[in-house]
Amino acid sequence: MSTPANPAPAADARPTRGPARPAPYVISAILILIAIALPLIPPIYARAEPALFGIPFFYWYQMLWVLIDAGLLWICYALMTREDRRRREVVRRAADAPATGAEGQR
Amino acid sequence: MSGGYFGASATTAVSAASHPVAASATSHPIDGVALTVVIVIFAIVAVMGFVAVRWRVKPEERGLKTLDQWGLGGRGFGSWITWFLLGGDLYTAYTFIAVPAAMYSTGAVSGFFAVPYTVVLYPIVFLLMARLWSVSHRHGYVTPADFVGGRYGSKTLSTAIAVTGIVATMPYIALQLVGIKAVLATLGLGSGANAFLADLPLIIAFVVLAAYTYTAGLRAPAVIAVVKDLLIYIAVIVAIIWLPSQIGDWGSIFDAAAKKMSATNPATGSPVGSIIPGASSFNAYWTLALGSAMALFMYPHSVTGVLSTRSRNTIRRNAVVLPIYSLMLGFLALLGYVAIKAGTNPVDLNGKINPQLVVPQLFLDHFPSWFAGVALAAIAVGALVPAAIMSIAASNLFTRNIYRDLFKPKATPQQEAKVSKLVSLLVKLGALLFVLIMDQSAAINMQLLGGVWILQTFPAIVAGLYTRWFHRWALLIGWAAGIVYGTVAAYNVVNPVTGAHFGGSISAFPFTNVPVYIAVSAFVINAVVSVVLTLVFRALKVRDGRDATTASDYGADENDPKVRVVEDESATNEPGPAAPVA
Repeated sequence: MSTPANPAPAADARPTRGPARPAPYVISAILILIAIALPLIPPIYARAEPALFGIPFFYWYQMLWVLIDAGLLWICYALMTREDRRRREVVRRAADAPATGAEGQR
Repeated sequence: MSGGYFGASATTAVSAASHPVAASATSHPIDGVALTVVIVIFAIVAVMGFVAVRWRVKPEERGLKTLDQWGLGGRGFGSWITWFLLGGDLYTAYTFIAVPAAMYSTGAVSGFFAVPYTVVLYPIVFLLMARLWSVSHRHGYVTPADFVGGRYGSKTLSTAIAVTGIVATMPYIALQLVGIKAVLATLGLGSGANAFLADLPLIIAFVVLAAYTYTAGLRAPAVIAVVKDLLIYIAVIVAIIWLPSQIGDWGSIFDAAAKKMSATNPATGSPVGSIIPGASSFNAYWTLALGSAMALFMYPHSVTGVLSTRSRNTIRRNAVVLPIYSLMLGFLALLGYVAIKAGTNPVDLNGKINPQLVVPQLFLDHFPSWFAGVALAAIAVGALVPAAIMSIAASNLFTRNIYRDLFKPKATPQQEAKVSKLVSLLVKLGALLFVLIMDQSAAINMQLLGGVWILQTFPAIVAGLYTRWFHRWALLIGWAAGIVYGTVAAYNVVNPVTGAHFGGSISAFPFTNVPVYIAVSAFVINAVVSVVLTLVFRALKVRDGRDATTASDYGADENDPKVRVVEDESATNEPGPAAPVA
């Protein structure tokens, strides 16, 4: 993409975020795994009873997972954006400390 | 969404039920009120499409002279617009036609898997797409193949990804026309002795679509999607509340469906279908859902929607709220059963039963004419949004990864936009000819194959988002192995009624007799080949390509500096312009 002599890649290899704490990512990974796996195990839900308003279990269970997945992802979103903000804050503070003045955030 | 399987099953049912019914073409009187409403809404939408050329455009960007402007709407869509745009992009008119049609014909396995599919889709999107957005934002990537090219330093691999994307998208666009055709046929249009006159409404619709897509680019479908989605929501909510009160409660609707599904299919000797899948189809059911979910965001039109957003988190926020569409799709699927109970008779213009007409016909039978018009217009307009985005995505792939990468490395952004605009016209013309000249089942077969093929780009794209471990040639050979296996396996599925090939998308997993979605088997083969060959090539020290990305690219957000900006600055000090991404 550019010649090896080009100094540009070194400039933008500068990290945009500080090191990650594992907890938010581990929790999110578990929630995402649940959100993918449970709607995909037909033996759990391939039956008619209990019906809801005349709709067999098979149908309302899977449609319920639409809402559950949205809820799980909302939790993941909250966890990960908070961690992301914290990691960016770390980099910003580190950049301000030496006061180089060359902080090229644009 | 990938509708291959619905389509395949729907054609099976067409042929199964194709004894001409007593009804003839005359049973399709044109409903003047409904038709007028459809035409008025269509005209409003067309005007909006053209006006979109000025929508959210800064004065200096008038004319949309770059791919970022024309092909990605300025890369500035916020959460709301993205919600409508992606909703309109992923839940296509063909889906609205084909899912209830599959439910109506054969029940849960071939139709309702669309619900778990569009549920597990969003965790996958949440996980992957923010990273793809970040790296694409930093490097100015417009297509998934741009990313693969930059990550692996291989034009062969990026061309393979681009060609797969284009080939998989073309029949998908054609199927949107099939969706419009179903609406037109229900309205009684499209019959007549003169073949050209019969297809005239479809041709007019597509010419108008091509014109505003050419002018306004991605902004046109973004604006139209808002109208279309609101109409669809209104139609489905009203249908779900109103129809059971007219036809009978949900319990009796499911009883009627169960009765139809338990009847014996004379061609196969087994039941027509089932409303609750038996243990023998569990593996087909979950692999269809998972494989389709993994494939959907490999389609270029989905990536176009993602890359048009303003910030890294826009797509994540959308992964939380987009599932509302899946709920609507679930209810829409159930309308297939409502139609069974209501005794809807989806007779096509040639007098034969065509399950694809079942939802439009249901609306026309049970709604007042004006509201049926609104609902049918929603479906028809629902075809225009994805068709526009797909044609833009396919032409972006052509422009960036074939025209620029292979023929004109020094193409300026203006030239890229010009080529993309022209190619979008060609792509739509191709899709139109596909539907007019070839049999509809050809488009459905191609779409079925497209779903299998596009999943074979998953290892290169998704693994690349997390690791640079894979060797470029291993990924290329894995891709080829998956494509070859998938194509052969799909060819070998024979329709039990007609004896035709490409009869469905389920076949036994290699070396077992477990029936699964072919795309998933092909994907497993692809992944295994890629891993094994990477180990071999690394051991043999085969030269690997250069990675243009850095680890920090994958977490970059809108305010982080772009690599491209840095490059352009350094380019002024060098004799020539910066070399393109290789």
